[in-house]
Amino acid sequence: MSDIHIDIKNKTYTTADSRQHTAISELKLSLPENQFVCLVGPSGCGKTTLLNIIANLDTDYQGEIALGLHHKKPNIGYIFQNPRLLPWRTVRENIELALDSPQPEIIDSLLEAMQLTSIQDVYPEHLSLGMSRRIAIIRAFAINPDILLMDEPFVSLDAPTARQVRALLINLWQQRPHTILFVSHDLREAIALADKLIFLSTPPMSVTSEIAVDISRADRDDETKIESFRQYLLSQHPEIKGLL
Amino acid sequence: MNLSDKILPTLSFILLIALWQGLAVFINDNTLPTPSAVLTVFWQEIESGQLPHHLGITLLRLLVSFSIAMLLGCAIGIVLGRNQKLDAFFDNWLVIFLNIPALVTIILCYVWFGLIESAAILAVVINKLPNVIVTIREGTKALDKDLLEMARCYHFSKKKTFLHVIWPQLHPFVMAATRSGLALIWKIILVVELLGRSDGMGYQLHLFFQLFDVASILAYTIAFIMVIQSIEFLVLKPLDKKALRWRR
Repeated sequence: MSDIHIDIKNKTYTTADSRQHTAISELKLSLPENQFVCLVGPSGCGKTTLLNIIANLDTDYQGEIALGLHHKKPNIGYIFQNPRLLPWRTVRENIELALDSPQPEIIDSLLEAMQLTSIQDVYPEHLSLGMSRRIAIIRAFAINPDILLMDEPFVSLDAPTARQVRALLINLWQQRPHTILFVSHDLREAIALADKLIFLSTPPMSVTSEIAVDISRADRDDETKIESFRQYLLSQHPEIKGLL
Repeated sequence: MNLSDKILPTLSFILLIALWQGLAVFINDNTLPTPSAVLTVFWQEIESGQLPHHLGITLLRLLVSFSIAMLLGCAIGIVLGRNQKLDAFFDNWLVIFLNIPALVTIILCYVWFGLIESAAILAVVINKLPNVIVTIREGTKALDKDLLEMARCYHFSKKKTFLHVIWPQLHPFVMAATRSGLALIWKIILVVELLGRSDGMGYQLHLFFQLFDVASILAYTIAFIMVIQSIEFLVLKPLDKKALRWRR
């Protein structure tokens, strides 16, 4: 698989009170293979719309998306803002349903990695939000995606849980590299996770700046390194201040 | 369930029987027999095989017409719920069919198709169908779009989407249609039999009416209530329980 190129000329939709709203205009992005890329932008700027377009859930736009796979349909894992689990199926069934031919060993190891083995036969409504989010992450990983889309998957998790799930996510990703597109409006979180940050403007959304994060993976737990990078970013790139 | 939850329904049932007994003794007339007299008739009718025969025929008609109405109604309801244009187009039809009195449909079916079994079944189906369609249509409109998107994103097949995403959400609506449907069909099917069949509960009740045989009418009514209650407890309640075990 090679790089992903996204070029959206225009995405306009009609709001409930029948006005035209231009969500995205002239947005160009290139995602290098197996990179962890964070999209950062103000809430409501159209990041979810962009992910839905990439996931082919929304086809009503002008532009082109080249996912770099010439012969096969790309396997896209999508971790939505809400876990979107089927409440009437158990944790394990939820994961198995996403697969065409479920391989028990893979699901077992993923459950183990996310520390969810003990609750695999429980129905999602009996679980906390943090657990549900972890199941959604397993489901996306289990399909062995070429591209993983994540839409603020750690929102409304308490800080220790979020940190734990982030660590598990990076761990899984390093074992099985693929391209990740991660949406966030939390700059610290983005710095801690990403190889590259892409800042997006208010609607109509386009790319404001692209900045590589040059902290080594081993130092990502270090709060002071993250914080100093953040300060550096804000001083070097004043244009992104208004977006946060 | 604690003890008083069981005692109260029992007490209220005993009170009802006692009231009936008191009233029957007070009136002292053939038009209101005592509970024990009705029970005697009930046993006689069962032993002679009359009651099981006619009840069986009515149940068979119920089963056939109910199945047709539910299957057709679910299919049409899902289609209308998912297709706004079709829904807007057929909405008027539904309203009209919902409002045709049951008796009119029955009479027209017999006039147009003759006093035959299929006309009887058709009359029941036409009466029930619009109700099922409307209920299932509302259920389909209320389907969770987030989960449907998830299913699309993860390449669920059509069958998988229906079985695991759509059907569990429609289940409460199907159960509501089933319950209201059984109640409705029970009532209509008797009129259908009374007007144009020579067997079944409706036919028997008509006969008893002409003889002013209230004890038999009440005996058949008891059989009726018992059947409906056992369907509720043996079929519907367990189905509910099984389907809803995932809820908190």
